[in-house]
Amino acid sequence: MSRFAMVIDTRRCVGCHDCVVACKTENGVPEGYCRDWITEEVHGAFPTVQLEIRSERCNHCDNPPCVSCCPTGASHVHERGGVVLVTHDKCIGCKACLAACPYDARFIHPDGYADKCTFCIHRVEKGLDPACVSVCPTHCMHFGDIDDPQSEVSLLLHSRPHHVLIPDAGTKPCIFYLT
Amino acid sequence: MIALTALTELTLSRHNPLVDPHLHIWEWQIPVYLFFGGLVAGLMIIAGVRLIALRPQQREALVCCTIGPLMGLAFLSLGMFTLFLDLSHRLYVWRLYTTFQITSPMSWGSWILLLVYPALSANALAHLPEAVPSLARRFPILVTVSDAILARVQWVVGIGVANVMVGIALGIYTGILLGTLGARPLWNSAILGPLFLFSGLSTATALLHGILVVTTPDEERPAFADFLLSALAQLTQARPLDKNIAPVLARADNSFLTIELTLIGLFLLGQMTSTGIHQQAASLLLTGPFAAVFWVFVIGLGILLPLVLQSLELNNRIRHTIAPVILVLFGGIALRFILVYAGQQSHWFQPLN
Repeated sequence: MSRFAMVIDTRRCVGCHDCVVACKTENGVPEGYCRDWITEEVHGAFPTVQLEIRSERCNHCDNPPCVSCCPTGASHVHERGGVVLVTHDKCIGCKACLAACPYDARFIHPDGYADKCTFCIHRVEKGLDPACVSVCPTHCMHFGDIDDPQSEVSLLLHSRPHHVLIPDAGTKPCIFYLT
Repeated sequence: MIALTALTELTLSRHNPLVDPHLHIWEWQIPVYLFFGGLVAGLMIIAGVRLIALRPQQREALVCCTIGPLMGLAFLSLGMFTLFLDLSHRLYVWRLYTTFQITSPMSWGSWILLLVYPALSANALAHLPEAVPSLARRFPILVTVSDAILARVQWVVGIGVANVMVGIALGIYTGILLGTLGARPLWNSAILGPLFLFSGLSTATALLHGILVVTTPDEERPAFADFLLSALAQLTQARPLDKNIAPVLARADNSFLTIELTLIGLFLLGQMTSTGIHQQAASLLLTGPFAAVFWVFVIGLGILLPLVLQSLELNNRIRHTIAPVILVLFGGIALRFILVYAGQQSHWFQPLN
């Protein structure tokens, strides 16, 4: 079994949006929509404020609420790597998955179906990295199998402190942010 | 000395339609669908109970177990149509019925909705010739079907029980549909199931009360009743109103409204004593942007005022009108509108003010 995950180094990310542009180009994301985006989080009290820049997208959760709420099975977990995908011609556009996602990672494609990041599964199946990972100029993004203890992502997670987004939501996200 | 408070500020470059700046995927179609779903659930339960405990001479019983289900079929179709309008990939709607997803409340609901049609139809057919004689004269087969059902006690009981069971499932489903969406803290409460069920029962009771009143002959008809549904007077071959019937429905409605008010209280209590995110979600209704409409339209006009008016009517302190009926129906739809809209604004990332 494999479990694909992404590890993003927030100390290297500069929020250049290359990942966003690469995704839109690779996946033909319609104008006005995005599958990934940049979040800047500032917290603290002056003068001890901290800034974290993150490249965010669908977290391909281990416990995905978007899959369990889907009435037609259009939202499903792919057999390879546990990637959460949407079968377009099964989706009725009820938008329950949009409401169920605590990360607001989904949107309704102009053609009517729910759309989101696919971890560029079409590239991954050819042995390539997702488009966003492959173009990152600061090499802050890493993709691989966290079930393999020798993979780059596993080693990074063992060696660096990290966090996930909204752990209290109980979705067990598979995108990790190194701090 | 200035006390500095630690703040968290999020800036997102995302700008997806219907998602940003806050979720607004569901508009009027979903609250209307939930309202009709609850109303039909209430009509089914009342129809089922009245079918089992029917005293055929009572016009109220015939309205409850015949006219109510007939209207329920129309309302259900309207509700399903508004649900259809909400879909963004409409041509694939048939996919709902090619699978059953056990973890999806919407999948459960789509199959439950299919059970409603035969159950309501059977309930309506049992006494249709008595309730609408003109229709029976035109279609004699209705008399045959009615006689076949009424000749077998177990059929009557079975149809009644089926209506009660499917009605409960439908009513609870309309609330659970929202309640299972944990990403929206305001909705994330199992109390929404029984709350929508009892709200549906109160609106259904009010509707039947209204039908009974407007189909009463003129000399017995209370004030404000001379509108809507009056055509049913001809359909139902109106008979004199049993003086004891309106109070029965008003008492039942008061009971349902009291339970609904209690459930709203418990729902808000649960939210306010839960995590900060849930407290923040509840504050949308209690003190936030939805507070005015929630307190005035849902609690004030939709529950408390009809409760007081019906109580005064029952004690013969004021004249009997259908004003409480209108208020209850209005409150039922207002509750769903406000919960659907406010729920979409409740979010795990909601900035702290």
